[in-house]
Amino acid sequence: MLAFLLRRLAVALSVVLTVSVIAFLLLHLSGDLATDLAGPEASPEQVARVRVEYGLDQPLMVQYGQWLAGAARFDFGRSFYFRESVASLLGDRIPITLKLGAIALGLALAVAIPLGALAAVKRGSWFDRAALAFCALGQAVPTFWLGLTLIIIFAVNLRWLPVSGNATWSHYVLPSVALGWYAIPAVMRLTRNGMLDVMASDYIRTARAKGLRPHTVIFKHALRNAVVPVVALAAVQFGFMLGGSIVVEAVFSLQGLGQLAWEAIARKDFPVVQAIVMLLATIYILLTFLADLLNAWLDPRIRVA
Amino acid sequence: MAPFAYGKSMMFAAAAALALPTVSLSTAALANKANDTLVYASDSEPENISPYHNNLREGVIVAHLVWETLINRNPKTGEYEPQLATAWKWIDPVTLELTLRQGVTFHDGSPFTADDVVFTFNYVLTPEAKVVTKQNVEWMAGADKIDDHTVRVRLKGPFPAALEYLSGPTPIYPAAYFKKVGLDGFSKAPIGTGPYRITAVENGKGVKMEKFKGYWKGSPLGDPSIGKIEFRVIPDGETRMAELMTGGVDWIWRVPKDQADQLKAVPNVTVLSAETMRVGFLQFDAAGRTAADTPMKNDKVRQAVAYAIDRPAMVKNLVGGGARVMHSACFIDQIGCTDDGVPRYEYNPDKARKLLAEAGYPNGFDTDLYAYRERDYAEAVVGYLRAVGIRANLRFLKYAAMREAARAGKVPLEYQTWGSFSVNDASAFTGVWFKENEDDMSRDPKVKALLEKADTTTDTAARKDLYKQALSMIAEKGYLLPLFSYPSNYAFSSDLSFTAQADELPRFYTAHWK
Repeated sequence: MLAFLLRRLAVALSVVLTVSVIAFLLLHLSGDLATDLAGPEASPEQVARVRVEYGLDQPLMVQYGQWLAGAARFDFGRSFYFRESVASLLGDRIPITLKLGAIALGLALAVAIPLGALAAVKRGSWFDRAALAFCALGQAVPTFWLGLTLIIIFAVNLRWLPVSGNATWSHYVLPSVALGWYAIPAVMRLTRNGMLDVMASDYIRTARAKGLRPHTVIFKHALRNAVVPVVALAAVQFGFMLGGSIVVEAVFSLQGLGQLAWEAIARKDFPVVQAIVMLLATIYILLTFLADLLNAWLDPRIRVA
Repeated sequence: MAPFAYGKSMMFAAAAALALPTVSLSTAALANKANDTLVYASDSEPENISPYHNNLREGVIVAHLVWETLINRNPKTGEYEPQLATAWKWIDPVTLELTLRQGVTFHDGSPFTADDVVFTFNYVLTPEAKVVTKQNVEWMAGADKIDDHTVRVRLKGPFPAALEYLSGPTPIYPAAYFKKVGLDGFSKAPIGTGPYRITAVENGKGVKMEKFKGYWKGSPLGDPSIGKIEFRVIPDGETRMAELMTGGVDWIWRVPKDQADQLKAVPNVTVLSAETMRVGFLQFDAAGRTAADTPMKNDKVRQAVAYAIDRPAMVKNLVGGGARVMHSACFIDQIGCTDDGVPRYEYNPDKARKLLAEAGYPNGFDTDLYAYRERDYAEAVVGYLRAVGIRANLRFLKYAAMREAARAGKVPLEYQTWGSFSVNDASAFTGVWFKENEDDMSRDPKVKALLEKADTTTDTAARKDLYKQALSMIAEKGYLLPLFSYPSNYAFSSDLSFTAQADELPRFYTAHWK
């Protein structure tokens, strides 16, 4: 188990490093940072001054090395744009994104698990087919489109909920639905398949044979076992959501990590973009790593793989 | 703007049309008039609220609500009026003496004196201040206190636009407070002498302001009417539109033409299209830096391009309300800018073809047109050029990339725009594109010499005449083809009385509820 753990950890760390290199290179390939930073109306001298001031005159390898050395100490430098350290900027925004991600995931699970379980129980029925069609639709709908459609229906037409911002809990409803929507299909399919496997197993037949009520069999015996892999999937989906919140936060004007990322990309605020990419990648890799461990703990066969 | 903006606006167009019947049935009043709070939204926030430390339009709006300048340029008449200074006189061409107003206080109650002016100007001139737009202050050499209510501003050289700059991007800071809290403290809790005082600066969200009760009487800005003003950052254009439709915000701007047309049909929303100082134009490689034999070096080719483009049709069909065709290489209302007596090119494709043949291109030629914004405008130009035989291939780039290419001498033909930083003086346009600096693609020493003389001539009539000569030479040679001024679409609550000016500076202190 320890060898497996170390091997997985090494893979996770190398993925983090690779992500950081790719993000770094992509940002530098997207045009001259100094020209962008100095602004469209700057003189050549101003651009040159900015280049030296931000260390952009150094070779790329040196810039990357300096960045990495800082990042190892959780020092991501200062934002090119705001007069603040990147760390404190992220600190302000992370809670909003985590809150959004948690509500969205909760919503997705609350919808997807019962739906998947019912679809499995009523396998082949109109309900099952409708649930699967809903899945396909859920995966096909782009997040920004769903977000704007929700705004038009619930905020502009019905006026039940606010359009944008994060002042009260009601501001989180629409963005959470838009964000959670994407996680529903995967969770539902996994629940449905897990349920189908479990329902065919011997102990369910035994439970039924004992004369237990169908409800008890489905919820107490079958679902509890069927949702175990869902826990691991949920961890991965949470990682996806943190990434997906870039679009949702922009549409709903939530001041979270996603909006900061979007603005930072538009402004070429390189240290902020780099830090967010690293943070999201690390969270995602960490969650995947935990999911791996969880699965290995649940299923010893994985450990030797 | 979001990368998916095109698809989104189409969808929103359809959806908003569906939304209309319900909206008109809704009886919900726009809440903000009742709260006496004007909420305005825009897509970006200034990196630092301190006006010398950002170059965003959103920052300029706040700057004019919270701070004041020594002089005010009346947006209606264009005249310079006393603001924090009651009078001024030129001691010599490089020394301006100003008498300061008494009885003005900063938002913390401290009085405004000569120390504040002297501190502000001397501070922003230091390299440590890291002023973002250095050209706004670098014309000054420093400021000296004569007595408590008199200061002298020293110039680096004669600079006729000094009053224009003193009435725009040079607000006055409170010396004592700034020294105490430093720039970081100041940007979190800033104070000025302006009609509104800041109550909160919220990173990522916006700025909250309220009417300053101690604001001095008789200001040229008038008595502010609205009690509270709130600036909200909403990155997405469709979301801003939805907020306006539901009364969540009262005012939005830079609304694209298609959205503006839809909003006109929404009750409780007023749409206003107004001209701005930004001018769109074509620039040619007249200096021949792309290739020694480039057609763009030929005067007749450039003139042919000028005759080939139907600018009035572009204004009417693409650009929309508020825009005007431009004939001179500046914004027509800028001081020193004129098109009187400047050669004009009316739409005449036959003449264009004839000029091309005379220039030795009877079958036209291939070229690249570089552009960075309003792809549809650039495509229209491509269409007009093809009609006379110039096979232009559109190369659409990001601004920084296009400018790099242009400065490196790789661009034969370019679609550019320039907003002159809202400086109401022709030098802010011609100085950038014609003084043999990196952005000058024609590099004609005669034009440069005329402009240099114009920029530093203090006699108004002589200065105007020099600009006229330079602008005529530019037009005659076809170094730069001005197309049109840009309009801006504003959309706001019908409860709000709001007027727009060409300098793209919404003056909310003059706005009021109906």
